[in-house]
Amino acid sequence: MSAPSPAAPAPSPVVVWLRDLIRKPFFWGIVAIVALLLLNVVKDPAYLAITVNPANGNLVGNLIDIMRSSAPVLMIAVGMSLVIATGGIDLSVGSVMAVAGAVSMEFLKYAGDSASIGVAFSALGLALLVSAAVGAFNGFLVAYVGLQPFISTLVMMLAGRGLAKVITSGQNTAASNEPFRWIANGYVLGLPVVFLLALVLVIAAGLVVRRSALGLMIEAIGINPRASRMAGIQPKGLLLTVYILSGLLAGVAGIFSVATVMTVDVTRTGSQMELDAILAVVIGGTSLAGGKFSVGGAAIGALLIATLDKTVLFLGVSSSATPAFKAIVIVVLCLLQSQRVRSWFTSRRASGGPGGGAGTRSAGDPPPSGGGGDGGADPGAHTVSSGDGAAASSPGGAGLASDVEAKEVAA
Amino acid sequence: MSAATTMPAPTAPDSVAATPVVTLLKRLQRLVTINPSTLPTAAAIVIFVGMIIFGEIAYGRIVQYSTLSNLLINNAHLIVIAVAMTFVILTGGIDLSVGSVIALSSVAGVMLANSGLPAVLVVVIMLAIGAAMGLFSGVLVRYFNVQPFIATLSMMFLGRGLASLLSTEPERLADDSPIRALGTQIKIIDGPKVNDLVVTPGVLIAVVVVLVAFFLLHRTRTGRTVYAIGGSENSAVLMGLPAPRTKLLVYVVSGTLSGVAAVIYTARLGIAQNITGSGWEMDAIAATVIGGTLLSGGFGYVLGSVIGALVLGLMNVLITRDGGIRPEMTTIITGGILLAFVLLQRVVIRKRE
Repeated sequence: MSAPSPAAPAPSPVVVWLRDLIRKPFFWGIVAIVALLLLNVVKDPAYLAITVNPANGNLVGNLIDIMRSSAPVLMIAVGMSLVIATGGIDLSVGSVMAVAGAVSMEFLKYAGDSASIGVAFSALGLALLVSAAVGAFNGFLVAYVGLQPFISTLVMMLAGRGLAKVITSGQNTAASNEPFRWIANGYVLGLPVVFLLALVLVIAAGLVVRRSALGLMIEAIGINPRASRMAGIQPKGLLLTVYILSGLLAGVAGIFSVATVMTVDVTRTGSQMELDAILAVVIGGTSLAGGKFSVGGAAIGALLIATLDKTVLFLGVSSSATPAFKAIVIVVLCLLQSQRVRSWFTSRRASGGPGGGAGTRSAGDPPPSGGGGDGGADPGAHTVSSGDGAAASSPGGAGLASDVEAKEVAA
Repeated sequence: MSAATTMPAPTAPDSVAATPVVTLLKRLQRLVTINPSTLPTAAAIVIFVGMIIFGEIAYGRIVQYSTLSNLLINNAHLIVIAVAMTFVILTGGIDLSVGSVIALSSVAGVMLANSGLPAVLVVVIMLAIGAAMGLFSGVLVRYFNVQPFIATLSMMFLGRGLASLLSTEPERLADDSPIRALGTQIKIIDGPKVNDLVVTPGVLIAVVVVLVAFFLLHRTRTGRTVYAIGGSENSAVLMGLPAPRTKLLVYVVSGTLSGVAAVIYTARLGIAQNITGSGWEMDAIAATVIGGTLLSGGFGYVLGSVIGALVLGLMNVLITRDGGIRPEMTTIITGGILLAFVLLQRVVIRKRE
């Protein structure tokens, strides 16, 4: 469906590349990042300057800061995009971050040895083990017990924070361990280690799911779990794996964020990160209805969030108010994904120019959720709770219905 | 937790409450065999009675005027948001924004009251803030088909963010503010020492909310539409019920009642902060689910949610009395109870099918 129109005679490769880029769902995310950076440059012309610290040869600058602070969001955004692709949601990522941070800090505090690499690795392993266990608990409830994803992860979102408080006895535990601190504060080739690590993990995750059939299988579950089972996929085992993966990545994010200051703040570490993750995924063009995901898009979304955080801080707005801005962005994106708003676009287009509604839609539609017009953005079509008669009542119902049908056939 | 609390019920025939408990159990048993979907509500009542008996035997001074009236006074706001949540969950939706709406509404209310606005106007504005937030999520759900938990999750963060924009400090309500009158304790029965039966206007408001909600859900066309949407929205539409309108309405009701809870809570405590009410959405969901409302919608009772809220309140009392359980454990225990009841619901649904 996303084939380029054959009208133009052999355009140059650069034009083709640009045209493909514009059609990518996360193109508007990139535009937003550039716009935010421009806003900062307007306020301070030297904002983008990157200098080399003469003492140790590391790069210093606001862009480097953004890179470093984007690492935790990158991790949870990748995990969340996989979970959302299965038609689920993981609201517990923020609490898992706190749990992972609490486990590692408590361990480092009791281990004592502040220079040992072995101790740092044990702390890492233990924290990741606990995060994976929390993820497995979520996955078990969703896949084998059959609970709604949001309710089982909501329980973990609130109980997980209680767990973190129990682990540290309600204190904000601090510890010292040089190798552990290096994860978040060290540099390799002049760039922050934490960003490089995050990048490696994102690329690894992207390659694993896209170079194997795993990604397709995950999407198949999100489109129709029953059909996927009949096609020979084991939805239960795969769902469990996806939630464990999300827990693990959230654990990594938690380690990243506590290693920066070597203190776990049980009430604030990872607090409201679930919104960041959902926002990153939605910016990346993934429909919350499931059945479709883009690891690259989620990464762009995560970078946008890190930029937004820094910009809000740079413009002097209280950092506790940033959730309000993010909530507005997520509402706008949800609106752009909704059938009603899309049908406004299509009906206007259809009445304006020649050609059917569906045809013009696939030729390149402006909403970020367009994704080459493969009909992936029909929130609620696969969920029991909201699969109501809205399609029938919306004016552009016919075109959309055919789109959905095409998708079902394609699946 | 649930196993520990249900156990004492059968082992308490020596106490005075034995005969009523036995008859109550028999009646519940009959009700459950007739209609299996009342099982969770029945379980909640058994657990509540069991907790009272267990508390009375283990710690004493539970069945007395002061403890019981404090239970009501301290949980009036929770009862109100549990009722609000019942409306939304009955339609198969969810409202994660109640806690944040309370934060926004109470911070704004206290700041307005301190700036010299008349108390009545402040209360109206507090309710209006709640209604506006509810309307916003309702419009997202009704007109734009956004999943309820995503719409209300955004409202949750929007409310919290707006409250933080207003103030990040604890805002103290002036001592002579008339709003505090809603939190003053009125003695009804003057018992020995401090053992008095007291109520606050806040408790009375909560009782009125419960009664009105009960009437609305069980006796009016709108209420039956709420149940019908939860049962099957398509069927409700085909039957000609005003399903879309009612779907919008439940979120407005939920938002407005969150405003009511904000008024009750602020009047009692006299302090509002941007972090007020964090985690209350889970308490409200837990109260509703414990009270027997199915998360998939269509089945449930307002009075069950009240019992659910009281179970949670009583649990806090028992944890404080016990002293051996750390307060950090409370959220874990609440989460555990919620999970246990959600699992119980799956069993019930399987049985019904």
